[in-house]
Amino acid sequence: MSKPEVAIVGIGIHPFGRTPERTGQEQGVYAVRKALKDAGVEWSDVQFAFGGSQAAGAADTMVSKLGLTGLQFINVANGCATGGSALFSAYNTIASGAFELGLAVGYDKHERGAFRVNTRSSGLGDWYGKQGLALTTQFFGMKINRYMQNHEISHNTLAKVSAKAFRNAEHNPNAWRRQPISEDQILESDMLSYPLTKFMFCSPAEGGVALLLARADQAHKYTDTPVYLNAAVVRSRRWGSFEVMAPWLALEDGDGPTVDTSKAAFEMAGIGPDDIDLAQLQDTEAGAEIMHMAENGFCEHGDQERIIQQGETEIGGRFPVNTDGGCLANGEPVGASGLRQVYENVLQLRGAAGKRQVPNDPKVAYTHVYGAPGISGVTILSK
Amino acid sequence: MAEQVAIEEGLFTWPSDDPRLLGSQCLDCGAIIFPVQSGCPRCASDNTTPKELGTRGKLWTWTIQGYPPKSPPYAGDVENFEPFGVGYVEIHDEVKVETRLTIADKDALAIGMEMELKFIPAYVDDDGNEVITFAFSPVEE
Repeated sequence: MSKPEVAIVGIGIHPFGRTPERTGQEQGVYAVRKALKDAGVEWSDVQFAFGGSQAAGAADTMVSKLGLTGLQFINVANGCATGGSALFSAYNTIASGAFELGLAVGYDKHERGAFRVNTRSSGLGDWYGKQGLALTTQFFGMKINRYMQNHEISHNTLAKVSAKAFRNAEHNPNAWRRQPISEDQILESDMLSYPLTKFMFCSPAEGGVALLLARADQAHKYTDTPVYLNAAVVRSRRWGSFEVMAPWLALEDGDGPTVDTSKAAFEMAGIGPDDIDLAQLQDTEAGAEIMHMAENGFCEHGDQERIIQQGETEIGGRFPVNTDGGCLANGEPVGASGLRQVYENVLQLRGAAGKRQVPNDPKVAYTHVYGAPGISGVTILSK
Repeated sequence: MAEQVAIEEGLFTWPSDDPRLLGSQCLDCGAIIFPVQSGCPRCASDNTTPKELGTRGKLWTWTIQGYPPKSPPYAGDVENFEPFGVGYVEIHDEVKVETRLTIADKDALAIGMEMELKFIPAYVDDDGNEVITFAFSPVEE
């Protein structure tokens, strides 16, 4: 593995779900204070920050509550990869030598129901939304519908992914939906976008996550259990990919941005998929987790049917996926979602994940986000 | 008097006895995209020209919109919502177009089936006009 230059030395989270008494920004501030305490530092020690939210305001306004220390604070807005982009930017700021201790933070607070899409800001004509095509849920239904036919994935395997998410979340005090739901209940819930039912989709929600990053060679100043960032990569789509909110697709079929991001991350870390002990993969819906297992290089297309049916992605399985309940059980506050995955992996690598701890001392962990309009972010962490 | 109007000018030829979807073709690499735009996303050329697309293709994938979309941006009738089909149709040798489908029956839709272009009422606008959009329908054998 490549020699890491950057470590995560403090983590903080505000519980996901619905918190009517706190604004999105207040949830972000809550997470930052937790991270500061975790690393044993003061806000005035933090030299720079990258932060973002999609629906809850500019992150740099947090300084009015955290303290007006004059630090460099840059807002990040990159759709579902907002958190991943904040982390990537913080990583590079430390790796470049510009600063030694900084923050990546993301939070959000979305209205109830499916995402309301602003077609113009998405670069689309008004006609697209008016006739009922501006729904992210349609894309996920259409992608997994084709995938199930081409690669023989069953409806029951979709249900197994959702059931695992809610079961894992039962042991995650920061998760939103913590009641186990049976496979039959999942399959029989409302059909929102065929073949995906209500309990196969995550919901937009609320929450905040903050991560403190430091130079790897200084990490032990802050913590006895540093977790190193061996790769942080963000990529956008290329010709031929199949993306959310696309009025048209190229005649030729090509790989999506997840494939490119994953390859680049493994190259950056100097390891391969077989070296990963657990992963948090974008599970906007149950089918996404299945497809992303293959797109990230962890199996061949179609092998997921056997892998999931045999329980290999369970916490005690060969390759645990979405150990904290993923987006399915945590919801998707866009700004915070990618950072939640990293938070969970840090806990797992510290051996501090409690009842949902992956056994046998995991050493290398992987995160992956995907979102509109065809963007992906991957990190690889090790201890 | 209320009349039929296109959901967006320039999306398809309208009014017309034989309306067609309007895309763009790159004069340098030949790539076809939809709707009309300047700039080719395949070869990065800015040398594109409008092109009338074909009316037949194969269903590449599909889903059924099972719940009323948020309004706005949706302009259809939310209170009397009926599920509708959505898919990508691969217009032969041209481009895959995302489209409403004229049916919403999971047992009647199949990837690979032959589809043809239709025009359907989408909603009634504030002036009482019937707003027309494009859709694809299984070809009756």
